[in-house]
Amino acid sequence: MTLPLTPSQTVGPYFAIGLSRRPENELVPPGSERAFTLAGRVLDGDGVGVPDAMVEIWQADPSGEYRPDFGWGRAGTDAEGRYSFVTTRPGSVEGQAPHIVMLAFMRGLLKPVLTRVYFPDEEANAADPVLSGLPEDVRPRLVAAVDGDTVRFDVRMQGEDETPFFTL
Amino acid sequence: MSVHSGRLAEIADEERTDPPYLYPDYRSTERRAPRSPLLIIPHTVSETTGPAFGESAVEEFDADLTRQHAGEPLGERIVVTGRVTDHGGRPVSNTLVEVWQANAAGRYAHQVDRHPAPLDPNFSGAGRCLTDDDGRYRFVTIKPGAYPWGNHPNAWRPQHIHFSLFGRAFTERLVTQMYFPGDPLLEFDPIFQSVRDAAAQKLLISSFDWETTTPDWCLGYRFDIVLGGRAATPLERR
Repeated sequence: MTLPLTPSQTVGPYFAIGLSRRPENELVPPGSERAFTLAGRVLDGDGVGVPDAMVEIWQADPSGEYRPDFGWGRAGTDAEGRYSFVTTRPGSVEGQAPHIVMLAFMRGLLKPVLTRVYFPDEEANAADPVLSGLPEDVRPRLVAAVDGDTVRFDVRMQGEDETPFFTL
Repeated sequence: MSVHSGRLAEIADEERTDPPYLYPDYRSTERRAPRSPLLIIPHTVSETTGPAFGESAVEEFDADLTRQHAGEPLGERIVVTGRVTDHGGRPVSNTLVEVWQANAAGRYAHQVDRHPAPLDPNFSGAGRCLTDDDGRYRFVTIKPGAYPWGNHPNAWRPQHIHFSLFGRAFTERLVTQMYFPGDPLLEFDPIFQSVRDAAAQKLLISSFDWETTTPDWCLGYRFDIVLGGRAATPLERR
C-alpha cells in the first residue's frame, strides 16, 4: 500500500500565533561554555529582508549524535528579516563535516526550502560527502561566515548568490 | 539505495503532490520562490532523523481551543480529528501536531492582521497535541471564518486551519492547511489551486464526519494526514 502524501501549503503570514508562542531558538543557554550565536537574514529576490519567515534548524550534539531531545530550534524573523539561534558546535557524524540542517518557511513559499550550514574553519569540509558531491561553485555558498562571536548565514531566496537548496 | 549526489533535479518532482515553488497566481511566490534547480544530495542521518517532543510540550487545554480563556469563543463549535500515518498506512505516534487559525469572524489574533472584523477575547486560535499510539489527534475549536487578502481584487481565503507536523525525520516536516468540504471559495483560491492535481487537492479537504459529530454539542470533521517520502530512498518511495 502506498498512500499519496498530504501536500504542503504555505505557512502564511500569521504562523507566529501558533508556532512562535514561546522562544525556541536557544538550544543551549546563552553564555554557556562553547555557546555561539548562529544568525543571519532571510532575503527575497529584491534583497529585502523577509519579515515573516520561520527558520528551523536540526543538528547533532557536540559528540556527533542526533538525539530526539536536543538539536532542534526555530525562530521567526524580525522586521528586517533577521533570525538568530544560540547553539553549540555539532560534532562530526558518520564522516560528515560538522553542519546544521536548516529549513525555512514563509508566506509566498508553498513548501519549505532545505539547506545546510557548514563552518568556515573546518578542515573536514574538504572530505564532506555532501559538499564534495556538489559543483565547486556551489560549495562556498553553504559555508557560514564568522563575524566576531557570531556565525553568520543568510538565506537568499533568489538572485546570483541564491542559497543552494536541496530536494526534500 | 541510489545516490544522485551533485546531479541537478528539476524543481517539479513527479513523485510528490506538493505545489511548485513558483505559482504566479499566488503573487508572493514571485520574489520568494527559489529559481535555481534544487540539488539532490545523499540522504544521510542528518536528513533521516528529527526531533521528538514529549508530554512536556503540551499543556492542559492546548487541544481545546474553546477552553483557553475565561469565556467561550463565539462561532460554530467543531471537533477536528484524524490519523497521521506514513505512506504505508502505519501510524505516526507521539508526533507533535500544531494548529492555528482565524476566529469565527475571519480575524487572526495577530498584530499584522488588519481585517476589520472583530477579535474575540475568548479565542487565541492556536493549539497543539501529540498523536496517540494509533497516530490519532483531536482538537476542539470553532469553525474559522473566510477573510479577504490582497493577492488580487476581491480575493478571499476559504475557511481553513493551518497544520504543522514533525513526523519521524526533519525532511518529513509538513506545514499545510486543512479546508472544509463544499467551500465555494476553493475554486478561486490560488494557494489551494497551487496543488495542481485534483486528487491531491482532495487530500487537503476535511470530510464531515458523523462519528465525531456529537449530539446537542458540535459537528465533527475528519482530516487524515500522510507524512513521509522525504526521508525515504527513491526505491522505497515507489
